[in-house]
Amino acid sequence: MAVVTAKASDLSQIAKRVAGYAALIFFALLFIMPFILTIVTSFKTLPDIQQNPVQLWADPDMGWTLDGIRGLDTSNVRLPRWAFNSFVVTTTVVIGRVFLDSLAGFALAKMKFRGQQVMFASVVMLLAVPGVVLLIPKFLIMKQLGILNSYTGLILPLMFDAFGIFLMKQFFEQLPNEMLEAAAIDGASTWQTFTKVMLPLARPGLIALTILSIQGVWNDFMHPLIAVPGNPDLATLPLGLANIRAAFGNAQPWNTILAGTIIATIPIAIVFFAFQRYFVQGVAGSGTKG
Amino acid sequence: MVKAKTANGPRRRGGHRATKLAPRGSLHSGDNFLGLVFTAPAMIGLVIFVAIPILLTLWVSFRDWNGFVSPFDSSYVGLDNYNELLFKPGIRQTDFARSIRNNFYYVVGVVPIQTVLSLVIAVILNQKFLKGKSFFRTAYYFPSITSSIAVTLIFIFMFQSQGAINAVLPFDNINWLNNANGMIHNVLGVFGVDQAPGWAKSVEFMGLSLWEWMAGPSVAMFAIMMLVTWTTTGTMMLIFLAGLQSISPSVEEAATVDGASSFQRFRYVIVPMMRPTIYFVVTLGLIGTWQVFDQIYATNFGGPRKTTITPAFWIYFQSFRNSEAGLAAAIAILLFVIIMFFAFLQRRVNTSKGVT
Repeated sequence: MAVVTAKASDLSQIAKRVAGYAALIFFALLFIMPFILTIVTSFKTLPDIQQNPVQLWADPDMGWTLDGIRGLDTSNVRLPRWAFNSFVVTTTVVIGRVFLDSLAGFALAKMKFRGQQVMFASVVMLLAVPGVVLLIPKFLIMKQLGILNSYTGLILPLMFDAFGIFLMKQFFEQLPNEMLEAAAIDGASTWQTFTKVMLPLARPGLIALTILSIQGVWNDFMHPLIAVPGNPDLATLPLGLANIRAAFGNAQPWNTILAGTIIATIPIAIVFFAFQRYFVQGVAGSGTKG
Repeated sequence: MVKAKTANGPRRRGGHRATKLAPRGSLHSGDNFLGLVFTAPAMIGLVIFVAIPILLTLWVSFRDWNGFVSPFDSSYVGLDNYNELLFKPGIRQTDFARSIRNNFYYVVGVVPIQTVLSLVIAVILNQKFLKGKSFFRTAYYFPSITSSIAVTLIFIFMFQSQGAINAVLPFDNINWLNNANGMIHNVLGVFGVDQAPGWAKSVEFMGLSLWEWMAGPSVAMFAIMMLVTWTTTGTMMLIFLAGLQSISPSVEEAATVDGASSFQRFRYVIVPMMRPTIYFVVTLGLIGTWQVFDQIYATNFGGPRKTTITPAFWIYFQSFRNSEAGLAAAIAILLFVIIMFFAFLQRRVNTSKGVT
């Protein structure tokens, strides 16, 4: 009798495991298949894509082709230029953010000065402001500053980000105050304490800020859309890609368009796989800390 | 050197005790000045590019400004822009009503589905008897980190009438992206209601008949909803996973010992304990879905027949493509109110439910 129940529970365990894996694999396919199809399609010929939109291999009669990728560097589709712009903008903005946000975050977390509380409360308030609401006045301010259609216009407004200040303040706050006191007694200046003691300790926070910013800026579409309306030379990858279908007539060269999406995705995928742990912590942290 | 440090030890501790009354974490007495120096660069930028713009939006929303000339040269029109959006019959009111309707159905579709789907996936992924968690987690999260524009292009490719989705589905080819028919109208049509009943046609609100209000999302909007759900579910799943890991395994074990089935454990143990996280994910979803823009722009630019315009898209369209920046600013303020409502709801829920 005991043997029978043991077997039954074994069976139910196996059934559970099979069902569990089946569900996991089903969802994995759901989330990953579009990317696989995209990669395959970008190496297929156009008639092949037309006839076999779901096939994950090229029709043997038509074969594989690099036409898709070749189509990305023409007179009105200038992917190398867009990628270069995206690279310049992302690097500059991220460096600027890390610098500004860690300075401000450190001061808000570990210094006492007049207006500090009001300042932090305003940062939290600005955090909630949706970017789309600021579209028109941002354009107006950039116009007034004379930075529309320039790299400065693409870069400068993105450098100031309330979320980064908030994030860095949270990280610095977790560091023990004893470290500060020890540094002060050892005669370190505030700047030395900040650069030599606190920044190295806040490394996980800096990495989280860096990768979240890389992702946010690299993928950002709305800001370039209003910052460089009159200068296609300054388009970033998302902006160039968003208008790519208009660059072609009725016949859409999907191998080229999809190859463009892959190239826009590769750098972010590399960052993601290299720093996955920090991505996960960053998102999870936003959830549990509220 | 080492000796000097150890010799410093006790003295330091003594010093610590003596300064205990000083504010915690304070560095030097010069903090007042340095604090401002450290925060000034970031703060000045935030004021110029975030704080002032909010006030400017409000100011411009009271003016008849086309977006080209200096707004100082535009005339003050009081509440006219708001009046035209909300009360005065005309194309502006109807279009604004359309954008609210479209976005409303979008929210009502996306938020519950992404919440339930991500919670279910997180719970499955959190089962101890399953291996390969990090692989699956990566697979599910990957769409969330990619560019919204890139993902939209991939979905446009798949949703073409000769595309992958139609090839896989067992129906006649559906014209997903250019189909303006409302989903609720379509369902009613199956039951033979393909014309507006008299009462639904005659009752009007903000220039749209009741029949139009209850159209549901258009087929094109429905495709966008699927695309967005597909991209955001991974993020929500990560948040749920973090929440699930804070539930002590002994709680679930106790429920198992008491004879609770898997479903009962989910319904009566996990869901109640996850309530704060669920609230958080729902409000996060509400705030995000009311701002949908990128996907709208790249899919069909608001079409077909304005069935995918949303307030966020309409702000852009009116100001940058239609020279109605004053009107667009009023839309922005109204959208701001909607989103702030959910943001405050989130803060209240978070503090009252004690999410820490």
